[in-house]
Amino acid sequence: MTKMDVKPGEIIDGYLVEEQVHVGGMAIIFSARHPDIEDKVLFKVPKILDGDDATAIVGFEMEMMILPRLSGIHVPKVYSVGDYARRPYIAMEFIDGETLYPKLAESPLPPDEVVSIATKVATALVDLHRQKVIHHDIKPSNIVMRKTGEAALIDFGLSRHLEMPDLLEAEFALPMGTAPYISPEQVRQNRSDPRSDIFSLGVVLYHLATGERPFGLPQSRQALKTRMWRDPVPPRKIRPDIAPWLQEIILRCLEPNPAKRYQTAARLAFSLQHPESVKLTERAHRLKRDNLLVALRRWLKARALPPVEPQPYASTTSDAIIVVCVDLSEGFEYLAEALRIETQRVLSAQADVRLACINVMKLSAVFMQDAFDSAGRNIHVQRLVELKDWARPLSIDPDKVSFHVLEAMDISESLLDFARNSHADQILICARGRSNLRRYLGSVSSEVVARAHCTVTVVRAVAPSGTAAA
Amino acid sequence: MRETGQDVGIGVELFMRICFFSDIHANREAFDACFAHAVRQNIDRFVFLGDLVGYGADPVYIVDRVAELQKDGASVILGNHDAAAATGNVEGMNEYASAAIAWTHAALDQPRRDFLSGLEMKIEEEDRLYVHAEAGAPTQWRYVGDAESAERSLRATRQRLTFCGHIHIPQLFHMTATKPAKFFAPHAGAPIPLVGQRQWLAVLGSVGQPRDKNPSAAYGVLDTVKNEFTFLRVPYDVEEAARKIHEAGLPQILAARLFIGR
Repeated sequence: MTKMDVKPGEIIDGYLVEEQVHVGGMAIIFSARHPDIEDKVLFKVPKILDGDDATAIVGFEMEMMILPRLSGIHVPKVYSVGDYARRPYIAMEFIDGETLYPKLAESPLPPDEVVSIATKVATALVDLHRQKVIHHDIKPSNIVMRKTGEAALIDFGLSRHLEMPDLLEAEFALPMGTAPYISPEQVRQNRSDPRSDIFSLGVVLYHLATGERPFGLPQSRQALKTRMWRDPVPPRKIRPDIAPWLQEIILRCLEPNPAKRYQTAARLAFSLQHPESVKLTERAHRLKRDNLLVALRRWLKARALPPVEPQPYASTTSDAIIVVCVDLSEGFEYLAEALRIETQRVLSAQADVRLACINVMKLSAVFMQDAFDSAGRNIHVQRLVELKDWARPLSIDPDKVSFHVLEAMDISESLLDFARNSHADQILICARGRSNLRRYLGSVSSEVVARAHCTVTVVRAVAPSGTAAA
Repeated sequence: MRETGQDVGIGVELFMRICFFSDIHANREAFDACFAHAVRQNIDRFVFLGDLVGYGADPVYIVDRVAELQKDGASVILGNHDAAAATGNVEGMNEYASAAIAWTHAALDQPRRDFLSGLEMKIEEEDRLYVHAEAGAPTQWRYVGDAESAERSLRATRQRLTFCGHIHIPQLFHMTATKPAKFFAPHAGAPIPLVGQRQWLAVLGSVGQPRDKNPSAAYGVLDTVKNEFTFLRVPYDVEEAARKIHEAGLPQILAARLFIGR
């Protein structure tokens, strides 16, 4: 027989249960200690409810299935899970940090802070979606900011693992989520689209940036559907200090049709980190809602939709971010050309690639560099011009490429950092020829190959005769 | 295999990792590939869910290997093809299956036929049930292929976990006391926690005659400590298995379908 009630002072599987710290809709959380675990433990048990409100139980089962599978800094670490039939519990890491919930009361926050929070949460979503899990309840109280700065996601009671049975979908014929944050496809009971989390994050960002909820606090199932056809008041109408690019990002997250949102959390994080790369559309400049006639048309369209449409989604294969490390040194033009040919090949093989072309200017630890060369030209600007010139023959849609000139003492380190922060799927880099000097000093490309988090393609080419190959 | 006979006692888990083979159908190449793969998964024990023979060209080899493993503690369940091959009675079978059974019956000597007829219809062990087909009426050889048949099977047992085969398509079902059974299409290699106060029914794919459009051999592993089940796929030498079917003079279609897994 299952024993669900837990009292402080009880010892369960070695965990000494201490005081109750939180009572949620589906579960109760206690703090606890275990002799083998140095830190405080959170001990989560399902809430006992009258009648047959099974959501809590099934949600708890889902969390027991999913949470132990997850790893990384963006989720709580699980110490152990109790046998459901005997004693259901999840013993997990106590994360030292605050949730975003108190930030709602402080909102509107300065746009810089909103962007900083958004980047951290998007990064957490990249890691979660990579592990094939959709959170389905992204909201301020489920986002904890660690003291070390990273965002961690908590409460996986509504989550879905794409390679496990969805017990919730099987059990209930109601939309599941938190009313202000729930995505239109969740309202329509589609629980297999990671872009739902991007929508919910959009709601959080809108609220933090403007101090208002984009879709209010709907009280009925019918009211939940409003977000499928009624666009929110543009954030810049409420807070004119919000930059057009930030409004573009927030409203794009809130698109009712998932196909019109950011397709991956990585792309969202990239845009947040590189505002200059954000393509400004009509969304960026909008200062009022669509008129009622337009909204009415959308409403009619939304009504005509079938109950649940199948959503093809391949986050791991679509919308790749590719970092191209371009070497612009004189004497290596043949390598730059080989790199361009390889880049062209990658572009033609994949749809919706975003290209980030980077060039690193090496700084010296000993000498102070001038920002201008002997002819008085700004070196940085000159490099950027050369980089754009390198890419010109590729004739890429300007919205799908960005150019970055970095300055660093350690070239490979800065390339690796850039690729990691951009959540790159692939790095393209050239390797210069072999030489004794290179073997002695070590090469940038081999360092990048050895330490990159993603696929690296190394481009080599034979130097034309008469060219320096050092 | 690990020693498991020593510390038997109340509350002691006897077998931690159990390997399930179903519907081998006398395919030696597929069996050998799965066996080699399973050995690398730290298997404590084997369970054979029926249909050791029929269709394939190596019934003697498979019966001998499984009989050997049974002596070492493996559980072996009777399948409809095993029952038919033991007696030569092909009632209810299609043309190709009948031809294969006639051939298999002739290929097996009396002791091997006796081994097959001596197999059990179902075995219960701790919280688990092993059976070839739908558990409601095992001798009727009904398929478990949708939520309704899965529910019939699950209602027929008090055991928490059921393992069966017969239909040659890997599937997973789960059911609570108050709701109908639900289907899940498993992903090969992704462990699934069998959590909660619910029953689970794992339908194993076929080792030797896969029919889910994937020609790779299918089997599964239960980890009783982690309470997880993993469906697995193993590529094997289909050409060789098909060549032997031709050589034995068995119906050509039985070889052809191995290449496409249908």
